[in-house]
Amino acid sequence: MAELLVLAEHRMGELREVTFEMLSKGRSIAEGNGLDLTAVLLGNGADGFADELSGYADRVLVMDHPDYADFNAEAYQQALSRIISERKPRVTLLGHTSFGVDLAPALAVELGIPLATDCIDINIEEGKVLVTRQIYGGKLNVEASLREADSHIVTVRPATFEAEEPRLEKGEIVKLKPPATVAVEHKRFVEYVEPTPGEVDIAEADVLVSIGRGIKDEKNLPLIQELAGALKGEVGCSRPIVDKNWLPKDRQVGSSGKTVKPKLYIAAGISGSFQHVMGMKGAELIVAINKDPKAPIFRIADYGVVDDIFKILPALTQKIQELKKPTG
Amino acid sequence: MFKVNIVVCVKQTPETAEVELSLDESGRGIKTEGLVFEMNEWDEYALEEALLLKERLGGEVTAVTMGPEGADAVLRRCLAKGADKAIWLKDEAFKGSDAYATAKILHAAVKGLEFDLVMAGAQASDDGHGAVGVILAELLDIPHASMVKKVETGEGSLKVNRELEGGLEEVVELAMPAVLTIQTGINEPRYVSIMGIRRARKMELTVMALADLGLSKEDVGEDGSWMRVERVYRPPVDKEPVMMTGSPDEIAGALVEMFRARGLV
Repeated sequence: MAELLVLAEHRMGELREVTFEMLSKGRSIAEGNGLDLTAVLLGNGADGFADELSGYADRVLVMDHPDYADFNAEAYQQALSRIISERKPRVTLLGHTSFGVDLAPALAVELGIPLATDCIDINIEEGKVLVTRQIYGGKLNVEASLREADSHIVTVRPATFEAEEPRLEKGEIVKLKPPATVAVEHKRFVEYVEPTPGEVDIAEADVLVSIGRGIKDEKNLPLIQELAGALKGEVGCSRPIVDKNWLPKDRQVGSSGKTVKPKLYIAAGISGSFQHVMGMKGAELIVAINKDPKAPIFRIADYGVVDDIFKILPALTQKIQELKKPTG
Repeated sequence: MFKVNIVVCVKQTPETAEVELSLDESGRGIKTEGLVFEMNEWDEYALEEALLLKERLGGEVTAVTMGPEGADAVLRRCLAKGADKAIWLKDEAFKGSDAYATAKILHAAVKGLEFDLVMAGAQASDDGHGAVGVILAELLDIPHASMVKKVETGEGSLKVNRELEGGLEEVVELAMPAVLTIQTGINEPRYVSIMGIRRARKMELTVMALADLGLSKEDVGEDGSWMRVERVYRPPVDKEPVMMTGSPDEIAGALVEMFRARGLV
């Protein structure tokens, strides 16, 4: 039976959430198109992972080797190109993560099969693989078709599909022999570097006031610090602020920074790239302030203000301070 | 003395923050009139990293771009900042190229150059495939590392930090030559100097079209792509926020009232 493959992603002894999101989306595509859902697991001593994955897939293909302990694009590409060229799955799903971004494009070239990256939807219609992607920082969507081929590769945006619960019926586990010589010739994993903790952990804050590009200049930072102070909250930010060294990395909210779930999140001058949204969409109340009414941040906000942050932020600070002043 | 020759792939992209984008007649693209084009943000960091390495170790930096009329502005910018040579890949046939077709075009230009490293932005702010650099590496049959946040080079060897999720990085050793796709924040891109602009104005650009690259029409554009754009549309809105209007003072007052009702202040 034709298959849909999902590459399991793991790091430091844990299967990553995107794996289960892909398996859930993969399940619905597979069912709609009469395909088997097969998970592929490359790891070292990965029986536990295989068992966990068998709750989601019809079949788990396992290749066990010491060089698969940590992700290595070169070693993974060698194994996957072999598996895909033998089995010719209709579609192989990989996460659009630091892992998939390093692996999928080279794999597609080696196999000579079409690739679409960072997809937020995938369908098969009349044999054609159709994907939905975002362009211009999420301002527009694109519907695209992949060139017709036996097999296709799609990388899936994390946190886009909901991970479902495992099924009662478990899939079969199939052990595959790794290549006689695992390729780690040109690329070698050395070590992980953990982020340095900052003075405060913004993930613990009840109120977070975050700024993005809209703050324009480092010298405008006090505006946001004063508001955060008045609200007894902490200052967070989007990636560009850290890239410019205006705030330390431990203040960054997003997929490459911290995931936060405060009671109140104020996004000021943040356009709302999906990387940022991934880090804060779990906030209980989101207030977005941005000059651009089409900024993607308004698609996830509870309250929106289309105005200049340089007018709104000081007004907010002032109103809160007035509230706190003893009356009479 | 160990030197590095570096090829930097750059792209011109429109500035779209705070800009109302409108669709073109085909419904498969946007109207570009009135948009301000600049160098893709990620590429600014890739160029800077190349220039820093050149200044430390010696060698040459060659900037390459594929783009239509006007795209030479990014090459002039690269030259003004300190690149030594610039190549402009320009042909009507390149229009509609996806990540794969783009990488094939770059490959045709880069393969004949002498280089130790190829650098490109980890992604472009327009299409955001995040794939061109890694495809190029595979076409060149050399190793790669994507989303690079730190580069250390020694004699023929290379150690880089890749950005992973949640603030984590991994250190990877690579053989050279290699392709690196550069993540923002790796360095602080320099400003363009007036002197640099003057110097760049006098420098020659190498312009190459389809035939110069030894490619045919089937290799490039939509025909040579893996992916075909069917339609472009505005993303559906799942949740409309409550929009606050009025003077800044009124808006602030209403928000603070709402915060108070929820016990947040």
